[in-house]
Amino acid sequence: MILVIAEQREGKLNRASWEPIVAAQRAAQPVKVVVPGQGADAAAAELAAAEVDEVIRLEHDALSVYTADGYVQALAALIAAEAPTHVFFSHTYQARDFAPMLGARLDRPCLTDVVDLKPHDGGFAFARPMFQARVYAWVVAEGPTPHLVSFQVGAYKVDQLARGGGPAPVRTVAAAVDAATIRQKPEPPFREAKQAVDLTQAERIVSVGRGIKGPEHIAVAQQLADALSAELAASRPICDAGWLPMERQVGSSGQTVAPKLYLALGISGAIQHVVGMKGARTIVAVNKDAEAPIFEIADYGIVGDIFEVVPAVISALKE
Amino acid sequence: MKIAVCVKQVVTREWQVRLDDAKTWVRDQDASFEMNEPDAYALEEALRLKEKHSGEVVVCSAGPARVSQVLREALARGADRAVHVKDDALATADAFVVAEALAGAMREERFDLVLTGLQSDDHGYAQVGVLLAEKLGVAHATIIMEVKVADGGLRVKRELEGGWFQWVAMPLPALLTIQSGINQLRYATLKGIMAAKKKEIREVAPSVGLAPKGRIATLYFPEKTKQTRMIGGAPAEAAKELVRVLREDARVF
Repeated sequence: MILVIAEQREGKLNRASWEPIVAAQRAAQPVKVVVPGQGADAAAAELAAAEVDEVIRLEHDALSVYTADGYVQALAALIAAEAPTHVFFSHTYQARDFAPMLGARLDRPCLTDVVDLKPHDGGFAFARPMFQARVYAWVVAEGPTPHLVSFQVGAYKVDQLARGGGPAPVRTVAAAVDAATIRQKPEPPFREAKQAVDLTQAERIVSVGRGIKGPEHIAVAQQLADALSAELAASRPICDAGWLPMERQVGSSGQTVAPKLYLALGISGAIQHVVGMKGARTIVAVNKDAEAPIFEIADYGIVGDIFEVVPAVISALKE
Repeated sequence: MKIAVCVKQVVTREWQVRLDDAKTWVRDQDASFEMNEPDAYALEEALRLKEKHSGEVVVCSAGPARVSQVLREALARGADRAVHVKDDALATADAFVVAEALAGAMREERFDLVLTGLQSDDHGYAQVGVLLAEKLGVAHATIIMEVKVADGGLRVKRELEGGWFQWVAMPLPALLTIQSGINQLRYATLKGIMAAKKKEIREVAPSVGLAPKGRIATLYFPEKTKQTRMIGGAPAEAAKELVRVLREDARVF
């Protein structure tokens, strides 16, 4: 049996939680889904529409807000009781916070950021990126089950979810948590400032990465953006360095965009960036490294120096 | 405050990945190496905390002999001393083994605060920090963008997804995994480089019998899911052709 850990915040299901359910269905094993927290009735009912054997609401007052200590205690006890062969979940920021601790607590393997699975030796092998997605590895977990596996967001398509004929049974389990042992005291989530730039609505985006080399070169990218009536965006390192404001960041920690045109300048194509822009209709990559992973997902590619290519494109646009 | 920073040495981002004959690891004999970027931010944060609250910064790394290069670099930037868990097998070890190796060397030091980067550029498991916290028996928080020390505890700003953040209070001792961009990195000064030569790097052997929890069956290069049209020629010609295809074929403007 595969146990899928779903994620909710204030009763609202994280859409990414459907993806490990799709992965579990693909693995052709019985599937149970657990949703930890308080007041998760709606989320549990929503999950029960999937073709799964059972949905488990794991409840305790101490789980009303997420903490790594609370979740690990509750989930470790549930996993011991349910004895799944695998525990699947989405590789969200929350999973990154508690999953390795859960693996250590259970003394079981935890494979993270997985994008594919296949049968292997009576179990499974899991594919995951390495070296910033320049290469992938088929990895096999070693030792006794359960094996914990987190799936990269977007690796499985939600529209491939199998829905059941009727709702799956929902069971409520009182979690075993000693609230006094929870060390993290979280405060309510907040947003920094209202985002002034809504890249999600942009039809065309010119985006810059490390290849831009310095803040003095942002201007030439801006000129290209102006010539295309495009918004200017960037990968994380550019915003980290302060060359463009954080609100112009595209990727897993920034905005997710789907413009008609995404022109990537000097962006290598690390997975954290790609998840935020792979939905673009037409992707153009300009990079001096012919092996850069960005070319894997580009429709058009130019291998070259952006400082030569970009001015040439600007003049070609004016013709 | 006694602060540890765990750094990993990884191949540079420009390095072209080549596979070994067995296709179970990369052929990195000719590669150049650097400090894993998120770890550099963790080191900077540790140095800033020491400047504000005084104490000691100890940089720790698990890896083969070459790792001493990033330890020296950290000492040159201002760390006080280093611990090197040294073994050739650690060059390819998974997160579980690395965390166990570090925990073995760090446990007796009883650090108040341990900082790591949120993930490594090579394996990218994003696990060593959290595993290490569990093995050391200390509280943790991940993907941290700000650290405040108050009343014998911490108040840290966690990055959530999609532009959301959250403050979390927790007691010391603790472990934090640091997000890139939390601060502006400093570079080593000549004086720092000279001073680093006199600083101690304590070498420790990892405990015996550390067993990995995962095995790489095979490495592969991803197959293209998209047909990419590469546009060649001199920049002026390539630019003209690009504008033509965007206008006529892709119709994006």
